[in-house]
Amino acid sequence: MTLKSRHLLGLENLTRAEIEYFLDTAGSLKEISSRDIKKVPTLRGKTVINLFFEASTRTRTSFEIAAKRLSADTINISASTSSVTKGETLIDTAKNIEAMRPDLVVIRHPASGAPELLSRWVDLPIINAGDGTHEHPTQGLLDLFTVREKRGKIDGLTLAIIGDITHSRVARSDIYGFQKMGARVRVCGPPTLIPPGIESLGVQKFHRLEPALEGADVVMVLRIQLERQGTPPFPTLREYSKLFGINLERLRRLKPDTLIMHPGPINRGVEISPEAAYGSHSVILDQVENGVAVRMAVLYLLSGRSVDA
Amino acid sequence: MPRLIRGGRIVDPSSGRDGIFDLLIQDGKIARIEPRIASLPPDTETIEAAEHLVVPGLIDIHTHLREPGYEYKETILSGSRAAAAGGFTGVACMANTDPPNDNHSVTEFIRERAREAGLINVYPVGAVSKELKGESLAEIGAMVDSGIVAVSDDGHPVMNSGLMRTALEYTQIFGIPVISHCEDLGLSRGGQVNEGLASLRTGLAGIPAEAEVSMVARDLLLARLTGGKLHLAHISTARAVEAIRAAKAQGLQVTAETAPHYFTLTEEAVLSFNTGAKVNPPLRSAADREAVQNGLRDGTIDCIASDHAPHSTVEKDLEFSQASSGIVGLETTLSLTLKLVQQGIIPLARAIALLSVNPARVLNLKKGTLAIGADADITIINPNREFVVNPDKFFSLSRNTIFAGLQLKGKAVITLTRGEIIFRE
Repeated sequence: MTLKSRHLLGLENLTRAEIEYFLDTAGSLKEISSRDIKKVPTLRGKTVINLFFEASTRTRTSFEIAAKRLSADTINISASTSSVTKGETLIDTAKNIEAMRPDLVVIRHPASGAPELLSRWVDLPIINAGDGTHEHPTQGLLDLFTVREKRGKIDGLTLAIIGDITHSRVARSDIYGFQKMGARVRVCGPPTLIPPGIESLGVQKFHRLEPALEGADVVMVLRIQLERQGTPPFPTLREYSKLFGINLERLRRLKPDTLIMHPGPINRGVEISPEAAYGSHSVILDQVENGVAVRMAVLYLLSGRSVDA
Repeated sequence: MPRLIRGGRIVDPSSGRDGIFDLLIQDGKIARIEPRIASLPPDTETIEAAEHLVVPGLIDIHTHLREPGYEYKETILSGSRAAAAGGFTGVACMANTDPPNDNHSVTEFIRERAREAGLINVYPVGAVSKELKGESLAEIGAMVDSGIVAVSDDGHPVMNSGLMRTALEYTQIFGIPVISHCEDLGLSRGGQVNEGLASLRTGLAGIPAEAEVSMVARDLLLARLTGGKLHLAHISTARAVEAIRAAKAQGLQVTAETAPHYFTLTEEAVLSFNTGAKVNPPLRSAADREAVQNGLRDGTIDCIASDHAPHSTVEKDLEFSQASSGIVGLETTLSLTLKLVQQGIIPLARAIALLSVNPARVLNLKKGTLAIGADADITIINPNREFVVNPDKFFSLSRNTIFAGLQLKGKAVITLTRGEIIFRE
């Protein structure tokens, strides 16, 4: 199997077979992280640049651990400590990094489309670690991986994504990924946080939580931020929590095997209560654990090493 | 020197003339148009125009020449060269320079620079408001005396409805139009792409069609209230076309323009985050594009403007949300308009009218015509000339075009102002 693109910019343009290739590879690499010596020589001599222009704990650490467990050399660059603070443009930063001959670039950036921009300007595989409000493909893959691991399949399941769909890169990647893998996708949130025309992506839209949760196999709870410019999309966090928050009472209406997921970081007591975040339905920490395996697979497959070699 | 343009197909929508004629230029004016002119004044230069179109010099009602203030993007000289190469003998240049053209000394500076360039007619557009701030009227009368042909805060809308009303009233002293950039900032602020397919897929903040439509509706109401002369810039949406059509049907004196990117492209062009396709208003849906084409066909839209908006790579080779809006258009507008003719969407005479006599009428210019005695501002077009858009060959100082690499057919090959050749391919 070969991948069409040398980059991972989003799940929108991947085929089901390509997604399965990433997931299967992650499955075979996951075991490495439970070994006593958590390191294989697969990417020895390869250099991975983590270019993080936006705050991140989970994703940056996850990529770094993934690269190190494959024996790659990793360099972390964050916006606050880079020449960006001196006014260097993204393209100039990237051209300079390219000149140092790394093998892969992982980029997290607040601007939608920044990874595409890089892919046109530098001759290196680019991995999108989250761009603005566009896509977060490795999050989408680790969500798929986690559901497949817990439920044995994705085909025929129903995923409900709850919260700020408009500004969520996770929502976009999950919508594309889960649909390609045969799941039905629902989105639920106030109309002010659901993009117009979302039905054209083939999803079902809800503005009330109860019908959206009815019969759902997976509930993806998104982080809510009130601090956006312009008119706030809802009156108060308290009101949001009342209408859309996942709490114990709402958990009781779920099927016993329904999975609660969250891409993190969570706002305790806003979109999800602590009991829900760490209760029996929750696989939030499994997502984090699987993130390492999925990113190992992505780094490995995009490093140019053939999987058969 | 007298010049004879021999045997071309003359298309002059101002008179309805369309046929094979010889055209004689004397003293910078159109002296004779006859099927065959045999007796020529001494020293007449002959330009063979068989198989070519001979049309009134094209007029671009909406250009950004960037001087003063942004001379690294464009100057009045480089913009004049680009215009001439694109078949334009006159351009109206917008006021959003630095300093803005909100007072008569800037107007005079622009006209002086245009005289020095000595190529095309440059028609300055003055600001509606001081510093384009939308707060109080600029000294419009003083600018009219210095040569402005219209007022506009283009680049910014006049958000204050009271000020817009005042502008539509006050300009009636001079008979000049108020050119409105229709955008409700409350609906568009922070937006990058069309709200719909483009915002959904890219995650970039959307600008709904209603940001344009609501301002078009407001301005039509204010034009009705005041009797002022309203011209609506860069119309991009189906509902705006509909609103203008309805207003015209009721007899309102209003005119409108669109730009080639709105009748050629759709929001699909931004899905790959190509900043070359970032314009304001944004590229819209396929239905909007079709409605704009229909508006051009049925006369709802009066003019095609380039909305030539030069930017350097400093403003364009950036993240999409950081990049400036705009594309250069002077050197592609005619060919993209002829493409509509080739596709059977509008007839040739209408295409020429949209680019000549119609903008001349909006701006009260005695131009855009091949009438006997008129200034010999003439564009000669080879309708069969095929070429690939190559920004490296542009006369403009800027290269920001989404149309690079596009194969087009039909191009200006000779441009004359007052009988002098200012461009010859």
